[in-house]
Amino acid sequence: MDHSYIMPFIKSVQNVFATMLQMQVKVGKPFIKTAGSPAYDISGIIGMAGDVEGAVVLNMPTATAEGVVARLTGAPMACTHADFPDAVGELVNMVSGGAKAQFPGKTVNISCPSVVIGHDHHVLGCKDVSSLIIPCTTDCGEFCLEISIRQTDGAAARKPAALATA
Amino acid sequence: MKILLIDDSKTMRNIQKAILTQLGHTDVLEASDGLDALSKVGAYQPNLILVDWNMPNMDGITFVKQYRAKGLKTAIIMVTTEAEKARIVEAITAGVNNYVVKPFTPDALSERIKETLSRVAAA
Repeated sequence: MDHSYIMPFIKSVQNVFATMLQMQVKVGKPFIKTAGSPAYDISGIIGMAGDVEGAVVLNMPTATAEGVVARLTGAPMACTHADFPDAVGELVNMVSGGAKAQFPGKTVNISCPSVVIGHDHHVLGCKDVSSLIIPCTTDCGEFCLEISIRQTDGAAARKPAALATA
Repeated sequence: MKILLIDDSKTMRNIQKAILTQLGHTDVLEASDGLDALSKVGAYQPNLILVDWNMPNMDGITFVKQYRAKGLKTAIIMVTTEAEKARIVEAITAGVNNYVVKPFTPDALSERIKETLSRVAAA
């Protein structure tokens, strides 16, 4: 994966959390995802298509996600609440939208978000592209931003493809 | 003042509705996508529309084009994660009166709403 795409995601996640949640995000050293990498219980997923394609995953432990969603919505909300996935989806939507705006000269479409909630699930990224994990820490706890994207040679934007989970 | 709020995210609709309430606007109708909104505009006849871009069934830009194609002049603010200059130009060309990029502060959205309403009143 082209590492020049990392900084737009770091800036975007910090901007989204600062603006919508009044919360600082401390970012750790990014690393390539391996079989032993941490996988938390809640994943907000956005597909990207066009000049850049792939997936962005906001992967959070339940406690972090519940804390963050409470800040976003202004009220406590358990992860079992019907509106919980919507809130997580909106967060990853804003992070992805803010990042893609920083891809110079690129036309990129993003999908509507999907959210997976469940213990020990894994989101499979773009085929033949390694997933990069950006570890983040907030007052609500830790979480990861997982990016698996690549530049395409086609200038025409296509609809984002669905992703598989396992 | 009747305001139509179009966003597929209930979370985002609630956030925007709270800001509208703080501004004194309580007559707010919600729609979850462009198609849903088109089915409601005839009966509701809003004075202001806030619309997201990326939504299932019918996205915001298609809604704006179809709404304007009916000859309707109601002020529209696009509230979206789409922050690229080309997208903003596309939205304005389609008939959007103002543009707010998510994430936004309550003050930023409030200012855009006030600005848009005063522009419309002066026209």
